[in-house]
Amino acid sequence: MKFYFSYFKLRFITGLQYRAAAYAGLATQLFFGLIFIMVYLAFYESSSGKNPMEVSELVSYLWLNQAFFSLFYMLYKDGEIFDLIKNGNIAYELVRPKKLYFIWFAKIIGQRLSAVTLRCFPVLIISFFLPKPYNMVLPIGLANFILFILTLITGTLLMTSIVTLYHVITMKTLNEKGIPQVFAAIADLLSGLVVPIPFFPHFLQVISNYLPFRYVNDLPFRIYTGNIGLQEGLFGLGIQLLWIVLIVGIGYIMTNKSLKRVVVQGG
Amino acid sequence: MSFIKVEHIRKTFKVAKRRSGVKDAIKSFFKRDYKLVQAIQDVSFSIEKGEIVGYIGPNGAGKSTTIKILSGILTPDEGKCTINGMTPWKEREKYVKKIGVVFGQRSQLWWDIPSEDTFDLLKDIYGIDELEYQKTKDELIRELNLEDIITVPVRQLSLGQRMRCEIAASLLHNPEILFLDEPTIGLDAVSKQILRDFIKRLNKEKKVTVILTTHDMSDIEALAERIILIGKGQVLYDGSLKKLKNKYGNNKYLSVTTKEGLELNHKGIISCLKTIDGYEFVIDSNLINVSDFLNMVSKKVAIEDVEIDNENIDNIIVRLYKEYQI
Repeated sequence: MKFYFSYFKLRFITGLQYRAAAYAGLATQLFFGLIFIMVYLAFYESSSGKNPMEVSELVSYLWLNQAFFSLFYMLYKDGEIFDLIKNGNIAYELVRPKKLYFIWFAKIIGQRLSAVTLRCFPVLIISFFLPKPYNMVLPIGLANFILFILTLITGTLLMTSIVTLYHVITMKTLNEKGIPQVFAAIADLLSGLVVPIPFFPHFLQVISNYLPFRYVNDLPFRIYTGNIGLQEGLFGLGIQLLWIVLIVGIGYIMTNKSLKRVVVQGG
Repeated sequence: MSFIKVEHIRKTFKVAKRRSGVKDAIKSFFKRDYKLVQAIQDVSFSIEKGEIVGYIGPNGAGKSTTIKILSGILTPDEGKCTINGMTPWKEREKYVKKIGVVFGQRSQLWWDIPSEDTFDLLKDIYGIDELEYQKTKDELIRELNLEDIITVPVRQLSLGQRMRCEIAASLLHNPEILFLDEPTIGLDAVSKQILRDFIKRLNKEKKVTVILTTHDMSDIEALAERIILIGKGQVLYDGSLKKLKNKYGNNKYLSVTTKEGLELNHKGIISCLKTIDGYEFVIDSNLINVSDFLNMVSKKVAIEDVEIDNENIDNIIVRLYKEYQI
């Protein structure tokens, strides 16, 4: 277990090496957060029908999206892992006394946690102090907050298992473009990172319920805002755990199968 | 039972091939032609604990493939291999705790951060005990003179410095076997010397078994008493370097500087080449010794200068490759 933390530490150190990127990331997230909220507020003012989310719920949801963006977006590609598949440095991963799947799992979760650590706190703090109605608000209750934290953790594990899976697939296809990329783009849409799930047409909402992506970030964020109740939230937590077991299992088996036929590129 | 025992391993790669050009590219888009490349046909050898073995052969002979099979990365198509009582590719995670591997053309260090951070990561990956880790690390820092370079981001190191760090990284867990795949590639003379001395000491003091592939024959001369020559996926020679030298190393190279014309015909003169300011001879010292030869030459022409060279190991290897047609 300790080496998971080591990967996080190392990625964090590497992330700190590039200060400009960290500042730029923070600025981007704040900028997009504000723009999104302005656009939605404009829609709300001009619409006459019933809105699927309260304004305060929506604003908090959008800020959470921005704060945890670098943790949850699915189009993420771990350049280092793709490089070592392409140029054959994978040889070094295979002389380590750990299962390759879990080395990659650790690398990806470490990278994403280190990226989000640098961004989420400043974004959250600033968003709390913005003037109304642009500000983020506290969760509606302690129970909601605890469930939010729990589902955020399992959501992180679910995200990692999905991302690791298409890195494993790349071992077969030798190219990260193509199918994994299309897959990731659809995943980003159906996870609610682009448009909050409650704004989807009914049939898309149904589809998204049967796919794992919504359970990565839409579930914890809506629990936080109170848009999803505690009972439904607990049910969601169960579904998260099922998806994690399933996707980790598939990835693990695929990795071990690929390793039997591994070819180290470049001599 | 030998420490390392390899029996009849075979490995074939499937390689997609096509001719250059758009037409063939389109054709291969629909129907791929594959070619089977026999990387290793039939390789067997055994190595005892504490040996240093040089594993040599021309490019594409199957050296690296063998190393990768021995270190558990690749699974051979056929054959058996027992190292330290384990089959590398079957018990990979357990087995690799006991080995260290250095690929001269690849890097295991994190590019953006100092190598000491990578060392700490490796400590956790291998689950090395804190005290033991400190001890081994200090030792490696002293032996390889790493004091000042492990605190610098890897991308700012020279190749020689980086290679020393790479080797240290592969030894942090005190392996019993060390595989070195072209460790001195691209290094200058001094860096090579440091590495060779270090490997020698490691072998002597800690009884680490070393298997090394290289194209630099001076590496082999400095380190390995035993060599295994491989070509076209097969073992062609397995034995001591000395014997090889005795068998092939009796040629002497003499360049004679003179202004006069010279014609010599004698048993033992293998070749004679006219150069700008004289001649270059290759003689077989078993048939004619050097002083006799020089006597003969000096009777015929006025010698301005003479240079005598022994057969070097590179030439021996070239002759061996030629002899086996690889």
